[in-house]
Amino acid sequence: MTAFWILSPVMVLAALGILFVRKAVHAALLLAVVMMSLSVLYLVLEAPFLFAVQVIVYTGAILMLFLFVVMLVGVDASDSSVETIRGQRLAATLVGLALGAVLVLAVGQVSLGAVTGMGAANADGNVEGIAALLFTRYVFAFEAIAALLITAALGAMVLAHRERLTPKQTQGEMAAQRMRDYAESGKHPGPLPAPGVYARHNAVDTPALLPDGSISELSVSRVMQARGVVRSAPALADDIDPIARQLGVPDQDPARAPETSGKSGAVTDTEEDRA
Amino acid sequence: MSLTPYIVLSAILFTIGAVGVLTRRNALVVFMCVELMLNACNLALVTFAKQHGNLDGQVAAFFVMVVAAAEVVVGLAIIMTIFRTRRSASVDDASLLKY
Repeated sequence: MTAFWILSPVMVLAALGILFVRKAVHAALLLAVVMMSLSVLYLVLEAPFLFAVQVIVYTGAILMLFLFVVMLVGVDASDSSVETIRGQRLAATLVGLALGAVLVLAVGQVSLGAVTGMGAANADGNVEGIAALLFTRYVFAFEAIAALLITAALGAMVLAHRERLTPKQTQGEMAAQRMRDYAESGKHPGPLPAPGVYARHNAVDTPALLPDGSISELSVSRVMQARGVVRSAPALADDIDPIARQLGVPDQDPARAPETSGKSGAVTDTEEDRA
Repeated sequence: MSLTPYIVLSAILFTIGAVGVLTRRNALVVFMCVELMLNACNLALVTFAKQHGNLDGQVAAFFVMVVAAAEVVVGLAIIMTIFRTRRSASVDDASLLKY
């Protein structure tokens, strides 16, 4: 029972966490904790076949499917805390507590008697025993469940399939469209500019500088602009003087004098020269 | 050694799953709570299999797992389809049939 008393608080806490976390990803991970603990309990209860199936099918397949859909739907599709029916959350909690109390009290009062144990049933091996049952007494249920699985797979294909309404654009058509755009609206037909590459900082969140010192909006992804994580390239050059002083580089460097916009690159060049 | 604690744990997990289905708004989390309830039932089935010393409970738990797998596949496909048309995974937003 040691495994049980260690795992059951973990399972209950993880299950309660599913009720309270705001993000679906966290709920899925907590569910994984519950399922892995449950698989260990199956091992304790002398069901090694179900232990393997629980790990492979539930945790490995079903939960990963959940995570895939969470990623497709959007990780930040979190719950709103607004109640659509007033008092619904409180009422649901009360009903849940009542259900739990009834279940636990009823189960607690039943005396189950002596435990028979799986010794005799697992005498020929657990997997062999289950197979013998599946292919004799439960063979019709087994066939029906096979049909159910095929139907589910077909249903998922039908539901997830999207018909292509317009013909797919070929590469030639896309090139022609680019040139047409250039002729009509002057849209640049070439690739977008790369993000800023500087001596001390080189990342996709740093916009490139145009020859006049202003930043190029096109060089950073629109997603990063929407998130507001785009860095300011001129601000990156602010701490050049203190660093140059720390390194012992004279403040008035002749190599820096003609530069105005790309001064960070120029200074680091001289730093490398002296090092 | 009595097996009652296992059944009590199963009842607690089932209750938590039921409360989750009633309170959460995100369709994915509601679905996870349904899975939690199915798992709680599986725990009870396996416990009773050990109590009575035969394998029928384990076979039933196996069938429950297969049904859960089929249910998850179709359910997640439905959630995807709803999300594609309504741009939302909330169970409150799919309420057109009400009006």
